Amino acid sequence: MANGAALEQNTSALWGGGRQPFGASYGKMMMWFFLLSDALTFSGFLTAMGLYRFKYEETWPIAENVFTHFPMLHGEHPLLFVALMTFILILSSVTMVLAVNAGHKNNHKGVVLWMGLTIVGGFMFLGSQAWEWYHFINGDKGAIQLEDNTIVYLTKAGSEGKILSVYELVTGVEKPHGDHTEFSTGDVVSAFGLNTDVTLRYPGKAETTMTREEAVKAFQTAKLIQGASLRENEYGNVLFADFFFFVTGFHGTHVFSGVVLNIIIFINVLMGTYKQRGHYEMVEKVGLYWHFVDLVWVFVFTFFYLV
Amino acid sequence: MSDHSNNPSEHHDGPEGTAWIWKVFWILLAVTTVEVALGIIKPEILLSQFLGTSLLNVIFIVLTLAKAYYIVAEFMHLGHERKNFIWTITLPIVILIPYLTFVLLTEGGYMGVLMNQ
Repeated sequence: MANGAALEQNTSALWGGGRQPFGASYGKMMMWFFLLSDALTFSGFLTAMGLYRFKYEETWPIAENVFTHFPMLHGEHPLLFVALMTFILILSSVTMVLAVNAGHKNNHKGVVLWMGLTIVGGFMFLGSQAWEWYHFINGDKGAIQLEDNTIVYLTKAGSEGKILSVYELVTGVEKPHGDHTEFSTGDVVSAFGLNTDVTLRYPGKAETTMTREEAVKAFQTAKLIQGASLRENEYGNVLFADFFFFVTGFHGTHVFSGVVLNIIIFINVLMGTYKQRGHYEMVEKVGLYWHFVDLVWVFVFTFFYLV
Repeated sequence: MSDHSNNPSEHHDGPEGTAWIWKVFWILLAVTTVEVALGIIKPEILLSQFLGTSLLNVIFIVLTLAKAYYIVAEFMHLGHERKNFIWTITLPIVILIPYLTFVLLTEGGYMGVLMNQ
């Protein structure tokens, strides 16, 4: 072979090391591969939720009837609070790009400013998520669980299926804003016996209402549910609560670890580690992770709250 | 340690300045605002059936993919990397996730039909 020697030279140059086949450094490339696998984990969670949502289509809660609160506002405001959370995360993503951009120009002060703001945004998002969980766990109006684990709501006859809160049934007055009084099943059963105009209705799109006779019969095995946990969920199918805690919890864990990574790199920036090194690529790597957290939230927002 | 500190990634300079960053921000914000507005109003005409779900849901998914594109291509800078790297990252996602979604949603729908018999 005439060109054998040339070929050999060529391969030794290719495989000799010190090259970047992707034009990206080892650390950055590995961050991308990690994010690729993490994206598949998240899609596993979201598609598993899709499976059960399709299976229990009738009793799956409609998210906009579940997450209706907004701090310091009365009444029902579906989607508004998650929209705010999305906005916070997008904004902190922007400050992260600005930090990376400042790093490319070796602008030390710029990196400090924008990374600092990114960390603030991360904490704001985590606080919002804690607020959302608090309201979901404490619940709103309360519901009745039947023997077959179906969730039904209290409603007054002729009120077009409007949900009557457990608080209002037992005490006779409208539920005050932010009240989380816990009642016993016995309270509800006796109050139900006294208020003969109250009946039960099924959740979901159909909103079938029972007659009073059916409701009295159903009430013999009734159990009061207030709020949501991994075992019970006043808003409907318990799997909705399970997936809510797992998907948003797994995402929240990512946000939290992202904030921790950002703080570590921020301290390094303050100490001048990267100034000495001559480049700010570590900022770029944690930046990738931070944007990924934003990317996942975009999908959680759509598939949990919108669709 | 010294190796990676001496060899940062190739510089793929995007557009100069920070104007492009704010442009992407406004796009993301506008798309989110449209999504939230549609989610609150739920226009009657968009609730007609399309591709097995409501037209509104199809719009939500398309807008979400548009947002994802801007985050990955611009914020994460993947659009400015080498072509072989772009495909290495995106192909597994583009193949595996739609496949998984199709299988699980079909199966879930079938489980629902069996349960209600």
